[in-house]
Amino acid sequence: MLGDGILKGLAETAKNFAGSFVSKERMTTVEYPEERLPLPEAARNFPFLVYDGDDWEKGLRCVACQICEKECPPKCIYIEKSKDKKPDYVGKPQIYPAKFDIDISVCMSCQICVEVCPFEAIKMNTEFELATDDRFGGLLLDRKQLARSNEYYHEIHPTEASEVDARLAEEKAKVEAKAKAAAEAAAAKAAAAPSANTPASAAVAKPQAPVEAKPATAGKAAEIAKAPAMATAASEPKPVPGTGTDGPAPLTAEDQKNAETPAKANAREPKAQGEPKE
Amino acid sequence: MTERLDQIFVVLKHWLLGYLPESWQTPVGVVISVVCIIGLYPALFAITTVLERKGVGRIQNRLGPNRVGPYGILQPMADGIKSLTKEDIVPTSADAVVHFLAPIILVVTVFMGFAVLPMGRNMVLVDMDAGLLFYFAMGASTELSVFMAGWSSRNKYSLLGAMRAVAQMISYEVALLLSSVVIVMMTGSLSLVKIVEAQNHYSYGLPHWFIFTPWGFAAFIMYAIAGTAETNRSPFDLPEGESELVAGYHTEYSGFKFALFFLGEYVAMFSISGLGSTLFLGGWMAPFAALQFIPSWIWFFGKLFVSMGVFIWVRGTLPRLRQDQLMNFAWKFVLPMCLLNLFVAALWRFMGDGWLRWVVCSAILILAYVSIGREGMRRKQFGPRSYRYAE
Repeated sequence: MLGDGILKGLAETAKNFAGSFVSKERMTTVEYPEERLPLPEAARNFPFLVYDGDDWEKGLRCVACQICEKECPPKCIYIEKSKDKKPDYVGKPQIYPAKFDIDISVCMSCQICVEVCPFEAIKMNTEFELATDDRFGGLLLDRKQLARSNEYYHEIHPTEASEVDARLAEEKAKVEAKAKAAAEAAAAKAAAAPSANTPASAAVAKPQAPVEAKPATAGKAAEIAKAPAMATAASEPKPVPGTGTDGPAPLTAEDQKNAETPAKANAREPKAQGEPKE
Repeated sequence: MTERLDQIFVVLKHWLLGYLPESWQTPVGVVISVVCIIGLYPALFAITTVLERKGVGRIQNRLGPNRVGPYGILQPMADGIKSLTKEDIVPTSADAVVHFLAPIILVVTVFMGFAVLPMGRNMVLVDMDAGLLFYFAMGASTELSVFMAGWSSRNKYSLLGAMRAVAQMISYEVALLLSSVVIVMMTGSLSLVKIVEAQNHYSYGLPHWFIFTPWGFAAFIMYAIAGTAETNRSPFDLPEGESELVAGYHTEYSGFKFALFFLGEYVAMFSISGLGSTLFLGGWMAPFAALQFIPSWIWFFGKLFVSMGVFIWVRGTLPRLRQDQLMNFAWKFVLPMCLLNLFVAALWRFMGDGWLRWVVCSAILILAYVSIGREGMRRKQFGPRSYRYAE
């Protein structure tokens, strides 16, 4: 009959109207500033810098290698290397970014900086409430504003952060094992030639530095990995099989060399590290 | 006490006028009443806008506005401030004078209708003998302002909206008048006060409202449909169909002029609801004899709000009609039903008391409703489209 569809429709809307007061499931509205939906784990918008430990300035993983700066398609990253070297987390002198600015008004959230970073130092943030009344200064974030703890990284991207931590721990363990082997070899050498006093003591003294550092790092949480450890580990797959047969002494020397110039070593082959990581 | 509360506004007005010299009392009394009407209905409009937004929101399982003030009740203030502070833009090619006059005429004519509406016992501005006629004369003038707005804007959407509005309003004006004529036939008066008085008796505690008769019920349905169309309300909101015509005839209006259009439309809804409750729902009368102790004006405004609620409910339910559906519905369904209803009302009048007239009148109306409805609902079989090309 004419009009029964209208009555049916009116009944439906009346049901909706009454139901919206009774059942919470009907209401799809999330009243945003007060309540918010959890972001999906893959969410990202702008990069941040990861630091280990409590002090953001000391713990910053970034070694100012400037790969991200070069790779950034819209060129929104600006890095100035420090003139001096600052002891990093384990006391190893290291270049650090004296200036690390990201202009988030330029950034296009492509994540390329994250992909190329060999130090796991830059990651994507999920913060989106970045509105500011200062159009230029407010959107140009300096390294202090960019620094976020590793715990924060775990909070926003738990799976990815655990993977990164596992990888870093594995690499660190490799380096430590190698250092240990080198120390043992040196000790054996020293034992074999006890008459030659001066070179033996030098050989022993050298590998001792990483051995000494071991308890300090082991005491920290397993996720912590040092920049030098990473640098050596990153360039390892190639040199290790080649130099491993040569004998223990030259290997140690090469390790030391690599550890001293990690930025250079990595800058030479960023792709080699960046790609297998993905 | 009940009597005092019922007449509180009347008494208050007389008390105020008592301080004035004799010769001043009449004009000042009129001014007071006018100011009350002009102040009251925009206030109701403000409340209704937020209720509508919340109600339609709830119908769609949303929350509706809830940011300004507790539960969003101060939303109309924010809206008002916004529309007041907005720039008033007049298109360069518009007819500035007509463009300016259109919203004013709309609001003025809409408010004029309230002059004859009894809003409570003894609460009517002018008890005009031809009150209903006056009301419809004023109601019809809104068409003028709508067309003025559409024409003067010099915008094709405005003009299309205005043309739709005029076509629609004229079509439904007929139905509106014819559905009201049955009341005039029964009461023998055009005065709205007398029409309310005619319904003002109870039997077994139930009122003798005109809606509780077959012809009154049919007329009420037709009146409600025509009234909805007359106020350009969804589902008859073709003149301002935002998905087709930007905003229809007020496309080129901004700022406070737009707010005036908005106000005018809402107040027209109040006015149509008020007239509807006066004609069919006993105006300011209580629905049960036992509830007569509640002041009459509470009943009037209560009925007003209930019918506004129905307006909102219908708006939240029905989609917009197409133009041809609108016209077919007006001329092929509503108008025949109204004309038939005139005949039924006459039959009712001359069949005398008794149960027979109930049966006969109801049967005629139901039969007509079903058959006309079936005719209208029948799916039309159009053949494949053929084209004739110019040589």
